[in-house]
Amino acid sequence: MPDISTTLSGIPLPNPVIPASGTFGFGYEMASWYDINVLGGIALKGTTQNARFGNPTPRIAECASGMLNAVGLQNPGVEAVIAEELPKLRRVYSGLAIANISGFGIEEYVYTAKKFDEDDTAAILEVNVSCPNVQHGGMAFGTSPGAAAAVTAAVKKEVKKPVYIKLSPNVTDIAEVALACEEAGADGLVLINTLLGMRIHPRTGKPIVSIGSCGFSGPAIKPVALRMVYDVCKVVNIPVIGVGGIATADDVLEFVSAGASAVQVGSQNLVDPFACPKIIEELPKVMQQYGITSLNSIKGRAHT
Amino acid sequence: MTKNAIYTIETNQPIANDVFAMRLAGPTGALVAPGQFVNILLNGFYLRRPISVCDWDEAGMLLIYKILGKGTAQMATMQPGQTLNLLTGLGNGFTVSAATGKPTVLVGGGVGVPPLFSLAKQLITAGNIPEVVLGFRSSGDVFYAEEFAKLGCKVHLATEDGTAGTKGFVTTALQDMAYDYYYTCGPNAMLQAVHALSAQKGAAGQLSFEERMGCGFGACMGCSCHTQVGPKRVCVDGPVFTSEEVVFA
Ligand SMILES: Cc1cc2nc3c(=O)[nH]c(=O)nc-3n(C[C@H](O)[C@H](O)[C@H](O)COP(=O)(O)OP(=O)(O)OC[C@H]3O[C@@H](n4cnc5c(N)ncnc54)[C@H](O)[C@@H]3O)c2cc1C
Ligand SMILES: Cc1cc2nc3c(=O)[nH]c(=O)nc-3n(C[C@H](O)[C@H](O)[C@H](O)COP(=O)(O)O)c2cc1C
Ligand code: FES
Repeated sequence: MPDISTTLSGIPLPNPVIPASGTFGFGYEMASWYDINVLGGIALKGTTQNARFGNPTPRIAECASGMLNAVGLQNPGVEAVIAEELPKLRRVYSGLAIANISGFGIEEYVYTAKKFDEDDTAAILEVNVSCPNVQHGGMAFGTSPGAAAAVTAAVKKEVKKPVYIKLSPNVTDIAEVALACEEAGADGLVLINTLLGMRIHPRTGKPIVSIGSCGFSGPAIKPVALRMVYDVCKVVNIPVIGVGGIATADDVLEFVSAGASAVQVGSQNLVDPFACPKIIEELPKVMQQYGITSLNSIKGRAHT
Repeated sequence: MTKNAIYTIETNQPIANDVFAMRLAGPTGALVAPGQFVNILLNGFYLRRPISVCDWDEAGMLLIYKILGKGTAQMATMQPGQTLNLLTGLGNGFTVSAATGKPTVLVGGGVGVPPLFSLAKQLITAGNIPEVVLGFRSSGDVFYAEEFAKLGCKVHLATEDGTAGTKGFVTTALQDMAYDYYYTCGPNAMLQAVHALSAQKGAAGQLSFEERMGCGFGACMGCSCHTQVGPKRVCVDGPVFTSEEVVFA
């Protein structure tokens, strides 16, 4: 059977498939569908220093081959996440957990990152400088190379665990932001977060989602995400986790060929709770069909 | 217990203006309470459509849905023998035992009526025959008034234009009724009015809410609402909330 294992900052993963932050709760909620230990890892729900309700509903809309969301980082705050959510995850899951950290200022990113660094559940800290659904923060840090580098450096200085920066696609040149993060000490990159999108009700003329413009995800964004992963992998030397519209094993091979070390599956989990285990099961089969012996052997092959 | 399975359409018939009853054959072991819902995958649409379970037995379930957009319009064109991919056993459903020994009323508005049907059956099995108040816009929209009557429930019908039953809203009919406990499902404005009127009467109850959903099983936080005890997800913590915990915006 083809080898589907991979590594991230020296951490071995049985396979490259990781549910993306915000589409898999804190993991344990999904254990009623299947044994979540089959996953390559789990990216946890975006966490902030203080509890947040997020945006008013409606927060969800549909579009062709995708969706819009304006959840706005609903979470009970980092202390409650560590005290209440992570133990529930640990009871049913022993694999790689990735904390997803959001904030509205550099001190807040550092505060939350330190808390996850001190707890031993998450082995990688994913710093989200790309949430489009909150004002004054979130994406503001991810759309300027200087601000993204400043968050990276500030967090890196205070924590021991590998720090991955989750990048926003809502920029002109994502490679420039990626390079700035790498230079500031990032151990890896995760891309992409949601694009900015909108739906307007044709009858009322009003936006369907409460805050109007919000995060656009799903298979519709895959070509954009793939192009960005390709552009970033061309210039950086740190591991890249590819995210955006992934729904099949073929999609995984596209992202690995573009240079990704692992992938995250987001929206597809919402439509099909079994999306990740199905992809994990399919992956070696399609690799065999294509004569691919290991993921490692095809990593970045689109560049040559 | 949530489940994912494929169901075969047995019947799919109009029962009122733009309202269809669809009987599906397939496993129903995941359904544990009236008021739970299913989430339906439709060809050509990315997100699933949440629809309440109206009734079920060992062999299958009954859904009643109204054409309100493109997805439900597509459902209405489906033929017996075609299949649908469903997530089932979603949501908490109504707690039947809470009404034991109390004069009980069920209040349904439009497509909020269906989940009250299996609830009525279970209440009756538990020895509590509820009175039923059904609200619709007009006589052509009315469905299931006779089915509730056949169960042995006293049915009060209200239409906004007065073409069937009392003219007005469900609260018009509810005003003069005596009850200690209520179950209700329908548009938000109706839930709020029923909640307020019942509070005046000193009656407690359970209310079933609708919200736009990303997943329907608790993973995305798309459907959150405020309650007296903090934020809750309509899809897993609800759709049914008690009159004590609900908060109206
Ligand atoms: C728990 C629950 C139970 C429900 N039970 C029933 C039922 O028994 N019978 C019935 O007729 N309807 C029911 N609804 C409403 C039903 O889900 C919507 O009418 C349906 O999704 C509309 O889909 P559409 O493609 O026709 O509309 P479109 O407007 O084209 O749908 C676009 C998107 O918005 C969502 N959406 C639109 N209206 C609603 C709504 N009112 N609530 C939630 N999502 C919506 C759709 O799911 C879809 O993702 C229920 C909703 C919920 C949340
Ligand atoms: C409902 C929802 C909630 C999300 N919440 C977060 C979050 O809290 N933190 C984050 O970094 N990304 C969040 N995302 C973005 C996803 O992790 C992912 O980057 C994006 O959706 C693109 O992948 P996809 O096309 O596979 O969904 C969210 C996405 C969705 C759909
Ligand atoms: S719809 Fe996803 S959590 Fe409720």
